[in-house]
Amino acid sequence: MRMPVLACYAAGFLPLIWTAFLAVTDGLGADPVLELEYRLGLWALRLLILGLSITPLRQLAGVNLLRFRRAVGLLAFYYVLLHAAAYAILDQSLDWAAIGANILNHLYLTIGFVGLLLLVPLAVTSNRYAIRRLGNRWRGLHKLVYVVAALAAVHFLLSVKSWPMEPVIYAAIVAGLLLCRIRLQRRREKQSSASAAVDERHSGVSSVRPPLPSRRTA
Amino acid sequence: MVHFSVPKIPGSEITPKEAYVSRRTLLAAAGMALGAGFPAGGRAAQPERARSHFSTDEAPTSLGDITSYNNYYEFGTSKSDPKAHAGGLTTRPWTVKVDGLVNRPAEYQLEDFIKPYTLEDRIFRHRCVEAWSMVIPWVGIPLAEVLKRADPQGSAKFVAFKTLVRPSEMRGQAGLFQTLDWPYVEGLRLDEAMHPLATLAVGLYGETLPNQNGAPLRLVLPWKYGFKGIKAIVGIRLVEQQPPTSWNNQAPHEYGFYANVNPQVDHPRWSQATERVIGSGFFGRRKPTLMFNGYGDQVAGLYSGLDLRASF
Ligand code: HEM
Ligand code: HEM
Repeated sequence: MRMPVLACYAAGFLPLIWTAFLAVTDGLGADPVLELEYRLGLWALRLLILGLSITPLRQLAGVNLLRFRRAVGLLAFYYVLLHAAAYAILDQSLDWAAIGANILNHLYLTIGFVGLLLLVPLAVTSNRYAIRRLGNRWRGLHKLVYVVAALAAVHFLLSVKSWPMEPVIYAAIVAGLLLCRIRLQRRREKQSSASAAVDERHSGVSSVRPPLPSRRTA
Repeated sequence: MVHFSVPKIPGSEITPKEAYVSRRTLLAAAGMALGAGFPAGGRAAQPERARSHFSTDEAPTSLGDITSYNNYYEFGTSKSDPKAHAGGLTTRPWTVKVDGLVNRPAEYQLEDFIKPYTLEDRIFRHRCVEAWSMVIPWVGIPLAEVLKRADPQGSAKFVAFKTLVRPSEMRGQAGLFQTLDWPYVEGLRLDEAMHPLATLAVGLYGETLPNQNGAPLRLVLPWKYGFKGIKAIVGIRLVEQQPPTSWNNQAPHEYGFYANVNPQVDHPRWSQATERVIGSGFFGRRKPTLMFNGYGDQVAGLYSGLDLRASF
């Protein structure tokens, strides 16, 4: 039996439910606002990483999670939104002047904010209609996820004092996934140019890019 | 007499009786060393303490919060690490060395170190460089008394402090990821160190200092960011040149030598204009941060003529 995408969403919201439970039962410690911010940010980053791992997982380990990609991406986006909302509402009490000044003056916040902004077009164009309409441009747009993941890792690194282990490990994972991407891309380009040459010889049709996969379950 | 309203402490945060009793015994031992006469038995076994007139009337943060939310990288970088891992630190016997440019250098057992002085209840605001704050009822002695006893020489201009290095009991000092160079070191100008607000704390909430808060002996400088408050002190040295300090070594553009609380000078990461008040829950608003953490009347004179933006 195949796991329905709905189950992926349900699983994705478990950390949120658990965190909310801790919040109402006084379980987030002495500084609950910061703890909430942290937990939401960390899950956002984990989901970004999961989103980036899906292709390598399939190509290297044969695990196919492709149809959860949209769910994972949207979940990451929701967690980023909640993370930023916790900051704006609970930490800064919606003091927009302070929030604006902080985002402008503090590099880690600038970077996090840009990350959030770059996820918006992806979320907005995540419906089947937009994907079809934008075609290959949607793919180009989607490359933003690599930028977002890199920004998120740097945001995390810069948000802490000194060089503790956790953000360094996350940054290493993101760097690994991006490298992995570049290599897969190179290989794909080589293959497709080879096959394009073959195509041209046989039919005179050039297809530099493989066609967009079916989005039935994505 | 100490006057403050008892904060609401959730049941889960109330200190277990055994820990409580043993802590009291330790402080009582300090009292014994003090030679304070007290009737035998029970609560009365606590040493007499004076209330410092520097104390704030603000309600102290709960004991649970003060002892579970700590930056103490010797035990790990997470705020919950000190409570989880500092319990195993052996704090008796404990030796404190006072040396350098002094006429009376000495190495003391902790009990002898604090014996000559009356312990004071000092309820101080605490402002962390990460833009959060607490109100903490310390028990301690003025640093100035200790320095006077050592009798600084004329050439002494600064005081350098040093924390214990014991990787076997301080897990943050062992392993692959070292966040700071050990020992943790801190320093003050001599006139800052002689200021009556500068405190060597040995207790908290009327009990012996918990390990996660820097037992058995730590520095408390309420007008400076928390990282100046060096913990588990083993060395105090009078020197001529400005001594190196740990966070300043780690990131000189982020953490200055002075580290005076200053809402006008931002840290690259945090605005210092406001602070999150620990214990104020989910909807407590941030509080404006005060110059010198509100101790300007007492300490501003130390810095007249100093550019506080350049010497942050
Ligand atoms: C903001 C919400 C997001 C939505 C709605 C979304 C949805 C989708 C969809 C429908 C696809 C097409 C499936 C396919 O071509 O096989 C896709 C592809 C992909 N997604 Fe997302 N996604 C989002 C965010 C993310 C994030 C945050 C990441 C990882 C950091 C990510 C990583 C990927 C990757 C690597 C691909 C393959 C693109 C390619 O091969 O060119 N996505 N996404
Ligand atoms: C791509 C989007 C983002 C991701 C993946 C992300 C992730 C993270 C992570 C992992 C942390 C550290 C958590 C920890 O230490 O456990 C963090 C900290 C933080 N983030 Fe974000 N974040 C993003 C965007 C934002 C935005 C848009 C804001 C607000 C405008 C923001 C505000 C903060 C704050 C205030 C902290 C805590 C810093 C501190 O005071 O120590 N982040 N974030």
